[in-house]
Amino acid sequence: MRHRYLKNVATLKLDEEKCKGCGKCIEVCPHKVFALRADKAEIMDRDGCMECGACAGNCPFGALEVKPGVGCAAAIIMGWLTGSEPSCDCSSGDSSSGCC
Amino acid sequence: MENKSCCTSGNARLNTGDRKSVKIRPRLKAANKNCTGVSGQKDNTCCCGGSDNCSSEPVTNYDRNIPWITGEIETAAGKIPQVATRLLRSDILGAWKVRWGIGRMNYKINPGVYAVGIPDRASPVLVTANYKLTFDALRKELSGMNVWILVLDTKGINVWCAAGKGTFGTRELVNRISRARLREIVEHKTLILPQLGAPGVSAHEVTKQTGFKVVYGTVRAKDIRSFINSEMKATEEMRQVRFTVYDRLVLTPMELVGTFKISMLIFGILFLINLVARKPFGVMDFCAYAGAVAAGCVITPILLPWIPGRAFAWKGWQAGLLWAIALNFLNGWIGPEGLSLLRGVGYLLVLPSISAYYAMNFTGSSTYTSFSGVLKEMRLAIPAIILSLIPGIGLLLADSLIRF
Repeated sequence: MRHRYLKNVATLKLDEEKCKGCGKCIEVCPHKVFALRADKAEIMDRDGCMECGACAGNCPFGALEVKPGVGCAAAIIMGWLTGSEPSCDCSSGDSSSGCC
Repeated sequence: MENKSCCTSGNARLNTGDRKSVKIRPRLKAANKNCTGVSGQKDNTCCCGGSDNCSSEPVTNYDRNIPWITGEIETAAGKIPQVATRLLRSDILGAWKVRWGIGRMNYKINPGVYAVGIPDRASPVLVTANYKLTFDALRKELSGMNVWILVLDTKGINVWCAAGKGTFGTRELVNRISRARLREIVEHKTLILPQLGAPGVSAHEVTKQTGFKVVYGTVRAKDIRSFINSEMKATEEMRQVRFTVYDRLVLTPMELVGTFKISMLIFGILFLINLVARKPFGVMDFCAYAGAVAAGCVITPILLPWIPGRAFAWKGWQAGLLWAIALNFLNGWIGPEGLSLLRGVGYLLVLPSISAYYAMNFTGSSTYTSFSGVLKEMRLAIPAIILSLIPGIGLLLADSLIRF
């Protein structure tokens, strides 16, 4: 059975002028949001978009735009409580400093 | 800062050398930590500006006594650990533990390059995260194959979550290619990334900075063999994320563990109230609460697509309501034989709200909720939950404390 989440909320935008139809968005999208039609990408299922940001980050022509974020209530609550951006740091505590 | 700094300047064709797998002699005495390379230095020596000592840094730090490391492969870049493709009992036990939240944030392996089978300079390179559960899920699908695995340092987080945070990202990949001296290990310029790494990686950026072409493989490790065998073509089905009953089931223990702290707090408060209560909270109230938690954390996730509606909180509320009704029913309804009116109605207000809240938190474990969607859901659900909880708790307290 197919999972469906709320309708008409996704922030995904496609600039058809910039799209060259390379199909990279189709390759990376985990929810089959795009299809190629007449050598251009097209948003087929906007409500399927989970705003992961894979398409926008991998579009070589900058034709896609989406506000990526975590679809996680606990993270959003933590964000409200701590006044920070919601992130997937559930049980962080690990402070191994990143390098460089 | 600058990505090219780390540790290599790819003299690739130094040693086209003969490569063979060396079986590790059982139990080398002493010196078993970080044994490749010269020093015992840990992995945190990055950004070595001076290129002299850089070359001495091993491609992968590993302990030869690790049970899943079965041998070593000699390459131009040094020795590379060869890993088993069958999981041992210790790997399975480890997986079970992290599913229950035991040592979950520290279940990781060292980043670097690992070998499966006896790969050579033309063998494919698969990229993955250093969460051991992820690494195990990948290597167990590779039996009989000869491939390299490039493990990025994602701080022990799985590919998809790390990609969302950016730790499985362009920058780490670019740096790791250099630090692992990948150009000395393979002669081709293609990397196979898990498709779910795509939110963190910009394929064209990686190519621009390293010359390596990024090919996104499949969503699931079990499809990677047919992906490689079919000239790196993925079917539509291999490109789509699923969220099966089993996928959801394995997540529920962690959901339950997550409620532990707040549950203890609630029990503590009830214990204090019991000191002065006319009708103390008891086993029945414990069962009522436990049932509401189970409805939100276990039942709703398992029955997710079959419960009507789209918002998780709404799905959880329905499951909680059914539980509250069932509980009242089991108690012989409200009346002289059963529950008091206050308690019965109190349950109907409180229990569905608890389930709704916990079900809402499952959005974070799901594979298809968007940030915008969750935000919209919460703006409605949280006020509703509070509006139902406050009078409900009031009724339960009144029933417990006041004599009518």
